[in-house]
Amino acid sequence: GNERRKGASRAEEGESQTRPERIDRGRRKRTRSHQDTKGSEGDEEVQPKIQSGRAAKTRKHTKNEKTRKKEEEEKAEKGEGKERHGKRKKTSASKKEREEVGGKHTMKEKAQEVKRKNIIQQMNCIHNSLSSEELEKLKEAVDERKKLIQALRGKPWPIKKKCVILRESQEFVEKYEGALGKGKGRKLYAYKVLMSKALMGRPYGTIPRKTVPRAEATSAMDFAVLWDFGVSCIITLTLTTSCFLQWPFHATFRKMCFQGYAQYSVLFYGYYNNQRAVGWLKFRMPLSYFLVGVGTVAYSYMVVIRTMARNANESGVGDDNSFNFNWRMFTSWDYLIGNPETADNKFASITTSFKEAILEEQESQKDDNIHLTRFLRVLANFLVLCCLAGSGYLIYFVVRRSQKFALDGLENHTWWERNEVNMVMSLLGMFCPMLFDVISALENYHPRVALQWQLGRIFALFLGNLYTFIIALMDEINLKREEENIIKFNITVWEASLFNGTVSVNSTAPPVTIEPADVPRGPCWETMVGQEFVRLIISDTMTTYITLLIGDFLRAVLVRFLNYCWCWDLEAGFPSYSEFDVSGNVLGLIFNQGMIWMGAFYAPCLPALNVLRLHVSMYLQCWAVMCCNVPQERVFKASGSNNFYMAMLLVILFLSTLPAIYTIVTIPPSFDCGPFSGKQRMFDVIQETLESDFPAWFGKVFSYASNPGLVLPFMLLMVLAIYYLQSTSKSYKEANMELKKKLQTVVQNMFPPLVQQSCFNVYF
Amino acid sequence: MGTTASQLGKDLLSEYQELTFLTKQEILLAYKRFSELLGKDEKDVLHERVPMDRILTLPELKSNPFRKRICYVFSTSDSKNGSLTFEDFLDLLSAFSDSATMEIKSHYAFRIFDFDDDGTLDCGDLEKLVNCLTGETDETKLTAEEMRQLISNILEESDIDKDGTVNLSEFQHVISRSPDFVSSFKIVL
Repeated sequence: GNERRKGASRAEEGESQTRPERIDRGRRKRTRSHQDTKGSEGDEEVQPKIQSGRAAKTRKHTKNEKTRKKEEEEKAEKGEGKERHGKRKKTSASKKEREEVGGKHTMKEKAQEVKRKNIIQQMNCIHNSLSSEELEKLKEAVDERKKLIQALRGKPWPIKKKCVILRESQEFVEKYEGALGKGKGRKLYAYKVLMSKALMGRPYGTIPRKTVPRAEATSAMDFAVLWDFGVSCIITLTLTTSCFLQWPFHATFRKMCFQGYAQYSVLFYGYYNNQRAVGWLKFRMPLSYFLVGVGTVAYSYMVVIRTMARNANESGVGDDNSFNFNWRMFTSWDYLIGNPETADNKFASITTSFKEAILEEQESQKDDNIHLTRFLRVLANFLVLCCLAGSGYLIYFVVRRSQKFALDGLENHTWWERNEVNMVMSLLGMFCPMLFDVISALENYHPRVALQWQLGRIFALFLGNLYTFIIALMDEINLKREEENIIKFNITVWEASLFNGTVSVNSTAPPVTIEPADVPRGPCWETMVGQEFVRLIISDTMTTYITLLIGDFLRAVLVRFLNYCWCWDLEAGFPSYSEFDVSGNVLGLIFNQGMIWMGAFYAPCLPALNVLRLHVSMYLQCWAVMCCNVPQERVFKASGSNNFYMAMLLVILFLSTLPAIYTIVTIPPSFDCGPFSGKQRMFDVIQETLESDFPAWFGKVFSYASNPGLVLPFMLLMVLAIYYLQSTSKSYKEANMELKKKLQTVVQNMFPPLVQQSCFNVYF
Repeated sequence: MGTTASQLGKDLLSEYQELTFLTKQEILLAYKRFSELLGKDEKDVLHERVPMDRILTLPELKSNPFRKRICYVFSTSDSKNGSLTFEDFLDLLSAFSDSATMEIKSHYAFRIFDFDDDGTLDCGDLEKLVNCLTGETDETKLTAEEMRQLISNILEESDIDKDGTVNLSEFQHVISRSPDFVSSFKIVL
């Protein structure tokens, strides 16, 4: 308590020294004498002061602008003094403050109260002219204090110290700002405090988290799953809202194909009516279907690219490896590990990584037997190409066979023959990566590089398979369209026959009522495509779960129980428990997302199915990891940042949406099903909307804008902009490297080493 | 939760929220866990100082190779014995929380790794650090040659002023480029 009073009086003196001519000496003596009195006496004196203070306040309120300004400027002086006072407190008094126990709290409070009232009194009593600079200074002081309060959280000081500073600063701000703005500032400040307190309880922070003893740092896995989940959720939300918007308007089930119960559902393209405006809201259903489809793709692009940009920003100068050893040293330990077994694993892996890094550094100079290595690598790549070609041909062959089966009639064949295509694709996806792993043993690359090659090859495998599948699907689409033409022809013949029977050539006929259900139905290639994708995804999911159960769970059970009666140690040697393959799983998620993107236009509820599937997968794999897996021995990430996986995701997004876009633009929609039936091309719906729903001038503007003569120069401009940005980015990188080198040489040469050390120690 | 919440006053709670990176739930959970560490006769949770060996029984710290250093760094006791009060404990959790900034984390990481508390990481500190990370057993320790090589590589990468030690700014420069640091330097109750 005494400390504070002394400090306050020190401040007063400081002020008075700077402006002796301004402050009335008599008043100063009076206030100082007030400061020196003990707490109890101070209380009695406070009473009359409070009253006078209040009186002074009312007087103040009635003053005019000029005198108020003068007062404010004066307060600036006080503010400065208090600042100095505050800073001094931080350095000298902070230690003592820390030692004060709660017992002294009340005395401190009282002393603070007294001091505050004194200062208010002073403010009210002194009416001297103040310049506008001092007003500015006061505002600055208040702003600085506010910034300090905001930044307090990020300061590396103990809480006690921060508490003191916080209370002081809050007091200062409240007093001066509130007084300044006639209470407006106070309200604003209180509002800000309230808002920050309200926002403090962020939704995710309110759930107390449980420690999960982590088997390993699966940051890439977590990220991918959560991100995937998030994006899937948003896509699902968009699609389901658009679905449910026209749910009450589907009184007519006219446009449905009659093969299987699921086909009635919202799941497939064929469910949707081609009515232009549905219900009393005049909901433009076909337009909405088209726009939602295009919109989800655009949204996905935006999200992926934004995430990549953010990752690139955070990882600083991109993906440089210049701090390899430092990072292994300082950032390799995972502080969330709570399990001693996990800790031991982590110690082992850290030791291995140190030893390998050291070896790598030593061997990077050596370069022996390069010809043999090169030959082996070429051989390995050749083998891999053979594998890829083989798998592509196998899929093509199987698809052709399934078409033959379809022509024969599906009932005559076994379950395997009916689902051959999907099963073959899933099995290839399971066994080929293992083959690639074996082949890569020939190559003798550094593990990180080998992992990147492996991922690249699996990527190529997946793409090859998917595109072969799509080409085969195209054949089927063409078949269906031929069928459609035949049926159209048949319908015209049938309708003609209805008329021919009742009327002669030249008279007008009474309209013949045709029952809608009697009209022969046309085939629906879009629904077929959607069905194929759903089947693909389901078979993929089933394969994953079955491999999980057999490959991981069964293996773990066998190893655990057969170990008792086996000749060699099953747990240490072959086969032991299976490792949790982070990169393989992330890749699986990415491919899954690619398939969803491909099929989403033709099977709108596919994202919803996928969300469900992700939920189930997450829990199943969580259990499997805890129960049957061991962490990888060497944790080599494909790259430092997550941008590697995001880049793959971007490529897959592009390649997945390509087939859908191609079909939208080239193939005419079925005449008899879906929201675009009867149109020449699917995007004609936009043309229609422009013509009928928008004013005439809008349509003109749009037609000018979509003129190739305008679009081509625009594209050229964008290409030039990309080129320009790339060259500036390269020059920035070079400048960065130069500055780094310069920094090193400057610091080395400027000072002798001893002075340097002391310099840095003091400064930092 | 009801009884513990009433023991930690609302004002104090909101003040702690203002001064740390922790949310209200996290502070209350910390209060509960800290009060579990106290003995039967120690009732005043806010002002009692808990000795280091009891703090180290927390499962979150038990397996951490830097547990003792963490206690020393966050302790505000005069005798530097690593004992923590509740506020020190909150400081600890705040620095290791999800929302703490890179600056705070790197500042405290530096202090934790500075075994001799001289403000720089010299060869002795780095050696102790490596020994902590490679575990206690002899099989996992690095040989003297490997250690020497490792330390010289580290200094080559990060020591900009070539004084043979890594100071705070050099450390922060290295750490800010690391993609893993923020996510690994985390302790959650």
